[in-house]
Amino acid sequence: MILLWLECDAAGVTDISLETIAFARSLSAAGGGIAIRAALVGDVPEAAHDQLAAHGVAEVHHVSGPAYDAYSGAAWASALQDIRARTKCVVVAAAGSPRGMEVMAHLAARLDVPMAANVVAFSGLSPFEVTRQVAGGAALEEMRLGQRPAVFTVAGHSWVAATADAPTSPTWHEESPEVAEADLVARVSARGETKEEGPGALTTARVVVGAGRGAGGPDGFDGVIELAGLLDGALGVSRVVTSLGWRPHNEQVGQTGSRISPELYIPCGISGAIQHWAGCSSSKTILAINTDDEAPMVTKAHYAVIGDMHEVVPAVVEELKRRGR
Amino acid sequence: MVNVLVCVKRVPDSSSQVVLTPDEQAVDGRMAGYTVSPHEECAVELAVQLATATGGAATVLTLGPAESSEQLRNALALGCTAAVHVVADSVTFGPADVAREIAAVAKAHEDDGRGYDLVLLGNDAADTGDFQVGIRLAYALGLPVVNGVSRLEVADGMVSAHVDGPDGAETYSVPVPMVATILEGGVEPRYPSLKGRMAAKKIEIEERAPSGAPVGSSRVQLRLPPPAPSQVEILGQGPEAAGAIVDLFEKLGVR
Ligand SMILES: Cc1cc2nc3c(=O)[nH]c(=O)nc-3n(C[C@H](O)[C@H](O)[C@H](O)COP(=O)(O)OP(=O)(O)OC[C@H]3O[C@@H](n4cnc5c(N)ncnc54)[C@H](O)[C@@H]3O)c2cc1C
Ligand SMILES: Nc1ncnc2c1ncn2[C@@H]1O[C@H](COP(=O)(O)O)[C@@H](O)[C@H]1O
Repeated sequence: MILLWLECDAAGVTDISLETIAFARSLSAAGGGIAIRAALVGDVPEAAHDQLAAHGVAEVHHVSGPAYDAYSGAAWASALQDIRARTKCVVVAAAGSPRGMEVMAHLAARLDVPMAANVVAFSGLSPFEVTRQVAGGAALEEMRLGQRPAVFTVAGHSWVAATADAPTSPTWHEESPEVAEADLVARVSARGETKEEGPGALTTARVVVGAGRGAGGPDGFDGVIELAGLLDGALGVSRVVTSLGWRPHNEQVGQTGSRISPELYIPCGISGAIQHWAGCSSSKTILAINTDDEAPMVTKAHYAVIGDMHEVVPAVVEELKRRGR
Repeated sequence: MVNVLVCVKRVPDSSSQVVLTPDEQAVDGRMAGYTVSPHEECAVELAVQLATATGGAATVLTLGPAESSEQLRNALALGCTAAVHVVADSVTFGPADVAREIAAVAKAHEDDGRGYDLVLLGNDAADTGDFQVGIRLAYALGLPVVNGVSRLEVADGMVSAHVDGPDGAETYSVPVPMVATILEGGVEPRYPSLKGRMAAKKIEIEERAPSGAPVGSSRVQLRLPPPAPSQVEILGQGPEAAGAIVDLFEKLGVR
């Protein structure tokens, strides 16, 4: 059996968790229809019930109680460890989100088994072999997960969050496994207000306008910010921009910044280094604006305009306004 | 006085191009040079800030081949006060092995009366991206761990660790000693000064052999994804392309 740790937000199961279920269904099919169990910790919105059914989950373990009110990687992994011991699941996986990585790493450390981060595919069942992203996606690693359970996370955007051909009516188990004191020492003790600006806005924006070294300096962002505003989009920047202190880090796109997947990404004056590409490659459409027609961002984009961003961007703003925007 | 151990890994600088070693077990950095992850640069900065502010020590540690002393010297030039080099081929050491070796050093130093209040690591290494050494280390040392920390303060034996969580800012209050894995973005790493570089040369690096044989990683081999052929459509040159760009916006329905 496969055990998935799934995350929810206010709207339901997160997209990246739904992608993870799609991966698990494919694994289940390859194994002759192994059942998929889901574990959810803490608040679960109503919508999640229908989603789990539509996505083909057979059993749901809902963990709650005072010990689980605030997030703690160790405590949440301890609950999973308990469920996995009772259900004898041979695979335990989560989404390749920050928390997915954290909870799986805790579980793997507790069980003393390997953990594979950012898996994109499996190539064999016995031995169980997976392919995962390393070096920010610049290279792929074949990994053999010989021990049981096999613990891994599924890289974001590597699977499509499609619903199952055969929906299920999952059985719900309400549980509150005991947690050792030691596992509650590092838990969230205070929370700030919910974020509106910052990575949240950037990662959910339909349009992202990007700016890199080509912006030229801290004053070179007016045009791209205006363009982003006209398109109801967000500003994303390269690491050169944040490390030079031109813009804050929460706007950084890439391996060590945010991963975005907008309808349209417009990188201006960004060369397209592999670490930047790691954060923007799942954009539906990319329109690069760059002076260099051989920049990797230009050759990898769907569309490009060759020119100085300080001339092209204001002209686009003018044209948008002229057409009544 | 806060004593910090900060762990960095020598990795190929993959900013331009990624090439594999002939045995396909690692990314080859011989052409491009070597660096450490941006997360670890921030971890070093935090370690130096905490040690300087409290009159404590900031010890930098790496497990890697002889050449990794370069990364230790760089951290010393930034203000770390001591360095430990576990000399080993990091490619043959899996995440659990590295965690065990870091734990062995921390325990040995504690036995010498130089225990650490904080052990800082990067959230994930830039090459292998395993996302787990810090957490495994915490279990090996029997300490609490907070992951993905952008800033932290220490006062009266308590660490306040700030994390940019999925729903907004989160704070963890955890007693020392503890482990934290650091994410880029909370602090700005300083640049080395000439004085720092000179001072770094005088510090002797503590060299150690690994405490045991590695179990290894579960790696079979690496490969490069096939290069995607360019399908770019050039809409035009310079500001004259503005009309074509806005046409595209309309076609995509984003305006
Ligand atoms: C471990 C690691 C992690 C990293 N993580 C990230 C990350 O998360 N995000 C990230 O972005 N980078 C990251 N990097 C850095 C990355 O390798 C590149 O150095 C960085 O992305 C380059 O930024 P850039 O494209 O703005 O600058 P450059 O590479 O210098 O490119 C500038 C581009 O602008 C063009 N240009 C110049 N002037 C103009 C103009 N007036 N108009 C139009 N175009 C112009 C140039 O032709 C060029 O293509 C990481 C690196 C490492 C080693
Ligand atoms: N060989 C090593 N030497 C020192 N620290 C390491 C080594 N490998 C990993 N680390 C630390 O562990 C963090 C997480 O690495 P990983 O779990 O491999 O992604 C890194 O950012 C480093 O701080």
